[in-house]
Amino acid sequence: MEFFLQLLLNGIVVGSIYSLVGLGFVVIYKSTSVLNFAQGEFLVLGAYICLTLTVQYHVPFFWSFLLTLVFSALMGILTERIILRPMIGEPVISLIMVTLGLSSLLKAVIQGIWGTELRPFPDIFPAEPVKIGPLPVSQGYLISLGSVAVLLVIFTLFFKFTRAGVAMRATAFSQQVSLSMGISVKRIFALAWSIAAVVSAIGGVLLAGIRGGLDGAMAFFGLKVIPVVILGGLDSIAGAIVGGPIMGILENLAGGYLDPLVGGGAKEVAPFVILVLILGFKPYGLFGKIKIERV
Amino acid sequence: MRCGDFRQSYAEDMSLFDSPLPRVLLAGLLVFLLVLPQFATTYWLDVLNRIFIAIIAAAGLNVVTGYTGLISLGTAAFLAVGGFTTAALAGKAGLPFVVVIPLSGLLTALIGLVFGIPSLRLKGLYLAVATLAAHYIVEFTVSHWDHMTGGVNGISIPAAQFAGIVLKDDRGIYYLIFPIMVGLLFFTKNLFRTKTGKAFVAIRDQDISAEVMGVDVFRYKLLSFAVSSFLIGVAGSLLAYQARIISPENFPITLAIDYLGMVIIGGLGSILGSIFGAIFITLLPEMLRLATDALGNYWPGLMVIVAPIKTGVFGLVVILFLIFEPDGMAARWNHIKAYWKLYPFSY
Repeated sequence: MEFFLQLLLNGIVVGSIYSLVGLGFVVIYKSTSVLNFAQGEFLVLGAYICLTLTVQYHVPFFWSFLLTLVFSALMGILTERIILRPMIGEPVISLIMVTLGLSSLLKAVIQGIWGTELRPFPDIFPAEPVKIGPLPVSQGYLISLGSVAVLLVIFTLFFKFTRAGVAMRATAFSQQVSLSMGISVKRIFALAWSIAAVVSAIGGVLLAGIRGGLDGAMAFFGLKVIPVVILGGLDSIAGAIVGGPIMGILENLAGGYLDPLVGGGAKEVAPFVILVLILGFKPYGLFGKIKIERV
Repeated sequence: MRCGDFRQSYAEDMSLFDSPLPRVLLAGLLVFLLVLPQFATTYWLDVLNRIFIAIIAAAGLNVVTGYTGLISLGTAAFLAVGGFTTAALAGKAGLPFVVVIPLSGLLTALIGLVFGIPSLRLKGLYLAVATLAAHYIVEFTVSHWDHMTGGVNGISIPAAQFAGIVLKDDRGIYYLIFPIMVGLLFFTKNLFRTKTGKAFVAIRDQDISAEVMGVDVFRYKLLSFAVSSFLIGVAGSLLAYQARIISPENFPITLAIDYLGMVIIGGLGSILGSIFGAIFITLLPEMLRLATDALGNYWPGLMVIVAPIKTGVFGLVVILFLIFEPDGMAARWNHIKAYWKLYPFSY
């Protein structure tokens, strides 16, 4: 039972980070219909910058974290301006391929600057575990879960009530109509990319903090977010928020109970098996909009 | 070479060669490639073999991605299926290559369909997502099915043999790979002169219109995916015969991305493009290695970062091609040809 609860908790915490990174994924897809395969590299890059600022330049964690966010936002805007802007109106294959190219490029930059070995991440969370009932829970988990929850609430409110949020939803609904209403679609695209880069960087820092270490292989997290957003529905923010914990719990249960049977690796492959099942039975996910096409 | 277009009938328009000269040039090239192994060093034979295998797989990917407009991230997985099937059939069952290679292709086509069926009902990026899943599921399977695939340690494959002929070295395997490549390229080139191939292109250009015109979209999408997987499976089988030892590590997701890069850089929807792209991407690391070997004396730190440089150059080239020449090297080649056709009066 305790084992089960532990798996459940792990699932919820990792799943909440899935939700956060998935949010960035969905925001980009919704407003620009690009599937961003470089999300994982955004995440790793953010975490590395935070690490370098904190460890090498001895910036207090709070400030280095803020600087990381500023840098990520700028990088998102630049990515959109330099790489994605010329691709507007190109076929889907080009849009996917350009993000794959971007992912290779960023991977090379990360590997060139920081190498491939695992680096210890500064202890941003207190080490002392807290007791919840019978279960010892590390404070990092709780802080991470709490901050993700707060962020998700903030973003939901942002999309619902602020001017920019409403403009983003309008753009997602119809770019032509938004243009005629005086919304700068270009600026919305840039905003979407910077939001995605910022949430990825936050996800990266939290993930590296929980694991206590950081290496380039963490970019795999970005690919594992794809099953999550397909589960929730590619164009649904609520879907990403709900899909994250579901996928996190499922993969941890699969890892916990199937690994002894198959000899490891079940946790990594489980989301993709689920992905194939979703595509077979409910391709638009839990909350995705079913597309009706007219010629 | 002719200085203009003088086609008068549809059949003429669809013919592979518009004048005798390209026919002669192609025959010359084939003869040259046939005698080349007698003079090439082992290193270059190895590179040539890898290029030919890459050409087959890139042509296969181009059938589904370039001609039918469905994006596949499963190339590495399908290569692995072909390769490990060959390892099982040739190694464990001891079958000759004339049986093993087609069977590997067919099994790969079958596995491809398993992942294709759920996603082909949907459009655009869903196949990309499903094949991404296929990649990780296949990777998991080959690295855990120990007694069949050798697990993470890999498995060795006996030399290709048939009726007493054993193809032991790079030169021998060259004469297996080269004819298969030429045959499959002619097959794919001709495929797009038939009804089936034209149905693929119609689906790519506008799937709903294609359906209205009587193309059974789902059937042809499946067929395209099966043909593509078959070609990639054959390439995987040849890869196993050529490398003689394969492990799951030989088929990472970056390999699938490399292949997508090949068809993008070479040219989507062009067999010539697949050839150009495969040559370019296969030679890229070799050239970088030569360059770093030469510069290593002056800048010793270069050796350490050669792997990221390869990844970075690849990403950069893909992005630049997408922005500045989305139709790839094949389109550039056609421009050059058109320019010289009318030289010096080209505009």
